[in-house]
Amino acid sequence: MGYIPNTDADRSAMLKAIGIERLEELFHDVPEGYRYPEIDLPAPLSEMEAMQELQRLSEKNMDGKHAVCFLGAGAYHHFIPSLVDFLISRSEFYTSYTPYQPEISQGTLQGIFEYQTMICALTGMDASNASHYDGATSTAEAVIMSLHIHKQKRQKVILSPAIHPQYREVIRTYTRGMKCFLAGGDQAENGLEELGASCNGDTACVVVQNPDFFGRVSPPARLRDLADRAHQHGALLVVIANPISLGLFKPPGEYGADIVTGEGQALGNSLSFGGPYLGFFACRKEYVRRSSGRIVGETVDAEGRRGYVLTLSTREQHIRREKATSNICTNQSLNALAAAVYLSALGRKGLRRVAELCYHKAHHAAKRIAALPGYALQPSQDFFHEFVVKCPWPVEAINRALQEKWGIIGGYDLERVYPKLAGSMLLCVTEVNSAEDIEKLVQGLREVAQTGGG
Amino acid sequence: MNEPLIFDLSSPGRTGVSLPKLDVPESEIPADWVRDDLWLPEVAEVDVVRHYVRLSQMNYGVDIGFYPLGSCTMKYNPKVNDAAAGLPGFAQIHPLQNPNTAQGALELMYGLQRFFAEIGGFSAVTLQPAAGAQGELTGILVMRAFLHDRGDKERTRILVPDSAHGTNPATTTMAGLEVIQIPSEPRGNIDLKTLKAHLDHTVVGLMLTNPNTLGLFDEHLLEITGMVHEAGGLVYGDGANLNAILGICQPGKMGFDVMHFNLHKTFSTPHGGGGPGACAVGAVEPLAAYLPGPIVALKEEQEKRKFSWQMPERSIGRVKSFWGNFGMLVRAYTYIRMLGAAGLRAVAENAVLNANYLQARLKQLYPIPYGHRTCMHEFVAKGTIEGAPDIRALDIAKRLMDYGFHPPTNYFPLIVPEALMIEPTETESKERLDSFIEAMAGIAEEGRINPELLHAAPHKAPCRRLDEVKAARELKLSAKKPLY
Repeated sequence: MGYIPNTDADRSAMLKAIGIERLEELFHDVPEGYRYPEIDLPAPLSEMEAMQELQRLSEKNMDGKHAVCFLGAGAYHHFIPSLVDFLISRSEFYTSYTPYQPEISQGTLQGIFEYQTMICALTGMDASNASHYDGATSTAEAVIMSLHIHKQKRQKVILSPAIHPQYREVIRTYTRGMKCFLAGGDQAENGLEELGASCNGDTACVVVQNPDFFGRVSPPARLRDLADRAHQHGALLVVIANPISLGLFKPPGEYGADIVTGEGQALGNSLSFGGPYLGFFACRKEYVRRSSGRIVGETVDAEGRRGYVLTLSTREQHIRREKATSNICTNQSLNALAAAVYLSALGRKGLRRVAELCYHKAHHAAKRIAALPGYALQPSQDFFHEFVVKCPWPVEAINRALQEKWGIIGGYDLERVYPKLAGSMLLCVTEVNSAEDIEKLVQGLREVAQTGGG
Repeated sequence: MNEPLIFDLSSPGRTGVSLPKLDVPESEIPADWVRDDLWLPEVAEVDVVRHYVRLSQMNYGVDIGFYPLGSCTMKYNPKVNDAAAGLPGFAQIHPLQNPNTAQGALELMYGLQRFFAEIGGFSAVTLQPAAGAQGELTGILVMRAFLHDRGDKERTRILVPDSAHGTNPATTTMAGLEVIQIPSEPRGNIDLKTLKAHLDHTVVGLMLTNPNTLGLFDEHLLEITGMVHEAGGLVYGDGANLNAILGICQPGKMGFDVMHFNLHKTFSTPHGGGGPGACAVGAVEPLAAYLPGPIVALKEEQEKRKFSWQMPERSIGRVKSFWGNFGMLVRAYTYIRMLGAAGLRAVAENAVLNANYLQARLKQLYPIPYGHRTCMHEFVAKGTIEGAPDIRALDIAKRLMDYGFHPPTNYFPLIVPEALMIEPTETESKERLDSFIEAMAGIAEEGRINPELLHAAPHKAPCRRLDEVKAARELKLSAKKPLY
């Protein structure tokens, strides 16, 4: 096994052509005594047996096909039209490498160029790259880029306390070796005004999320004020956005963002237990040459016909080596293609419709839950498709009951990251949740409130 | 062969999907939140399908033919891997759902952590990094944190051989460390004298790709790792070339302290036009506690196995949201389950056999600077032709497209001028290699008789050579200025 077409006869002929007798002779440079160790792996399986094992493992998981999901917190359940998987599974896309040879990679390149155009349209930015690993690393790259734009002379990075906690962790890891410090506090209730007030001449950037981790939407006028405040001090405004919400809401470019990042999974990519996803990254044109990641540009071929290539590669590691500002050398090409196909299929009206369905269903669910005895909504009613519910019992107990008795995957237990928010659940409702699903959730929550999850 | 942009196919009022009706009452949306317009295409489903199918036809993939792209390990991607990753119990599970409801996913990840630890000879493995470059950053940050904890704060320099991938020096800078380049000696090994001269109390460690990018296994490996350790430094293994030594030797047993595994190279997950990749990072004992997490731990409770998330004790923190590129982990797991230990060894043996066979035959046609040595899974030829002085590696690469092959990696590694870096992988047959050799022989002949044919190649690809200078000078990165 090993998907190896060589036969014994082939191997003999090849060894002869090389001028040796045994395969082992090929490895004479490997230190003696270290060759051919005992590798303790389970015995190999046939394809049929392997699929049985994988099927068995997969069935131990509670999946969205058999359960109703109200969990979001950075990864979202949306309807994926059948054509998305069909198209990205085309071998020509699926089994190709990074398009270093543009003459035989126009499919990938044009697909990414279209993706970049759609991300610019969604975010209101001038330029998009070909994508980063995920929303968290895309945001970390935005922070690092801001530090480089200020030639690493500014050290303060203001992170809104309401950005996704995992994004904060990744930013912290990525900047471990850099001269900078992360400010912004950890009080989830800190508002945009406080962030603006803490900007000074040492601030490289301010990072906010809209809608934020708790689902709250900030009105564009308040974000505009924050942008003005940051710009007065020469700092950049980085906005982490939800791409589905941008089908309906004002693009960050309209309220002064300099860089827009975010998790693109919601655009036609399955949940897949957290990856592979894609981080979108877009910025104003004056910063393009300082950005990291692959970028596709339009050009012409030798006969003057339009074509596409990877461009601005002089920014990148394979040319600049230790002078590059990032080591990234891949993008999430296939995931970005899925996003482009998804956005093409939905179009302007379709994406807006999905966003509206999310908005109305989430607000309907919130109203129904708020009316239940024992439950209360967070004070702010301004949200998109996620909202925080204060529960009468520990969230873990409520979720266990919802799961076991109702086949519902409940919301995110905020206590896992914010001890002060014990008993608070972050619920997400999207277009895939029917009125019936919502009713089932409401009934489940009502019953759990009475029984205490026991 | 031009395909219009999807935006040019747009016609107001068309849509490619049908969405359900709103089945709950409407709520008010604040008017000042709402955008005016959004410039996305309006096309029918059939338009979308034909457009992207036509685009796909302008691409070359492993499923079409030979892809000897050195350093990239473009092996065949088994279809069963995708079938497994597409199972609803893997594709439709939420990363934050209670681990009790995702025990199968955690069990798979636990198994894969163990497989990689065993293959590489490491004591612990994280599956979080999204790609090789991120694995490198992970590894260097782990080494740095370990040395800091040990009180070695003066160590700020990383030694990188001149044959290294560009990601190695770029990673070093990202981690806030300084790069010192170490030259190679005439046999393609690291120059031991220079290495020794740089090994002092300022060195974090050495980043070593072994086999290196010349396709050579360093003849003094144990001496090198020993020297670095003796100087108080650590050795990072760039596992990009692991395909050559699967089951042949374990880097963790030969002095590598931390190493990354490229799942999209060695473990057959597809490249998808540049990603998603996936990566694992292994570490030996004292460094294992610094790996990013959470990683999966196993507890036996009343004879019941329970898998849970656990943050390594002194972890450098997360490098990515959630747990890693899980969909790719399923594929790699499936691959390893089907091969077993003997199958993995056969992979390395046949990959190395194929490369040496190609090297032996191509030596008669093109200069191969290190061709006197046994290569591992790849080798580097010079893209020059005797009797055709103005033919360059690029011309040969482009002409190969007309013969139906993907070109080798060119102009890398930087230490071989006009480099053509050729990696056949184990999934190609002798006949396929023979046809590639014939094409290379044909091109050498054409170069002498009709060099213009090569300069102007490709002739049969979906488009001719593209003007990369124009692309960078007159930046056009999106179809038109969005209107919003």
